[in-house]
Amino acid sequence: MTNDFLTVFRHFDQFLGGLWNTLWLAGATLVFASILGCGIAALMLARQRSIRKLVAFLVDGMRCIPFLLLAYLVYYGLPELGLQFDSWTCGVSALVLYHSAYVAEIVRGAWTSLAREQINAGKAFGFHGYKLFRRIILPQLFFASAPVVGNQTVQIVKDTAFLMIITVPELTFVASSIQATYFVPFASFMVAMLLYWVVTLVIEAGVRRVEVSASLRRAA
Amino acid sequence: MLEGAAVTALVSILAIALGVPFGLLLAIIRWRRVPLLSNAVAAYVSLIRATPAITLALLIFFALPTLGIVLSPLTAAVLTLTVNTSAFNCEIWRAALIDFPAEQLDAARAFGLQPRLAFRRIVFPQIWRTSLPALVSEMTLLIKASPALAVIGLVDLTRAASRIGAATYKPLPPFIVATLLYVLLVLAFVAIQRLVERRLHAMRSAA
Repeated sequence: MTNDFLTVFRHFDQFLGGLWNTLWLAGATLVFASILGCGIAALMLARQRSIRKLVAFLVDGMRCIPFLLLAYLVYYGLPELGLQFDSWTCGVSALVLYHSAYVAEIVRGAWTSLAREQINAGKAFGFHGYKLFRRIILPQLFFASAPVVGNQTVQIVKDTAFLMIITVPELTFVASSIQATYFVPFASFMVAMLLYWVVTLVIEAGVRRVEVSASLRRAA
Repeated sequence: MLEGAAVTALVSILAIALGVPFGLLLAIIRWRRVPLLSNAVAAYVSLIRATPAITLALLIFFALPTLGIVLSPLTAAVLTLTVNTSAFNCEIWRAALIDFPAEQLDAARAFGLQPRLAFRRIVFPQIWRTSLPALVSEMTLLIKASPALAVIGLVDLTRAASRIGAATYKPLPPFIVATLLYVLLVLAFVAIQRLVERRLHAMRSAA
């Protein structure tokens, strides 16, 4: 058993490479899914009833699908449409598409629970359009949704592991290939799990810091 | 394909049947602050919640045989999902236990109820009602994590679809059908939850 862990640590640079890829995938997904999710949330709050209904239906549908199935649909579906992408691009687009539905739901929830008075008060102070959004709405949306977005980020990190199936060399893929070469299953997957754990703890600590600064802002 | 869907449903239901009570047990250990064990549970829950289902499935399927425990893909699959869901269920039960009013426990003690009996008669009937919506949404998350089990060779809905795709050289249609079947499975759980909630509501307003 000790030897197994020594084998894993001899190849630790590969694990770090896999971890880096996992973080890169999750980070890119968080950024793009946030942007796309805000756009979708805006559509969900659109004036036209038909648009609202259609977008809500698509978002709900997306949230019923397992991520791996969407990854397969993107991976095998895009070539049918005549688009050839490598597994990275497929992986990232599937992640972004999937999680933007979740982000949209989070943003919509935070938006609808935003106090109307705040917006009216902002307007009374002469804020409107972009400035109203940037100064009054966005900070509140950010602090209100931070804990949920934190959970979603953990979910994104965990979903990146599915991409090993379409051969994206992320952390679980690396652990799996090391175990296949040296037959050290326990050591190799345990180290991968511990690395995921560290990532999650860091994300949770980050969310707590945002919450602390949110309560400080409220007190100020 | 339908056989695969049945396997996915079977594995999910077994994991729920095992994982929900096990999660409750873990939550009680933390709630009662059992020394050492409580810390161990906290670490277990935190680690498992951070682990992707696919990594956990690979660990269980490949590592347990090296300890002399030989598992069929089906057993490994149920074990993986149970371990995974029990960590999440523990947090749900624990939240309900923390919110449970202490006065009621004091009252139960004043009436001379043994702790075990008080838990069964006073605490449990109330916390399962408050926990139900969160437990069901965890069940739908479990179904959405279950395709991870295809990597350890379990012929679930996902693997059945990819086999058909490999045999016909047309991977897209079976995956589309599989996706729709997953949506149906998830919706079935949500429908059951709605039904139970409506029943409970009717019971409460009748009482």
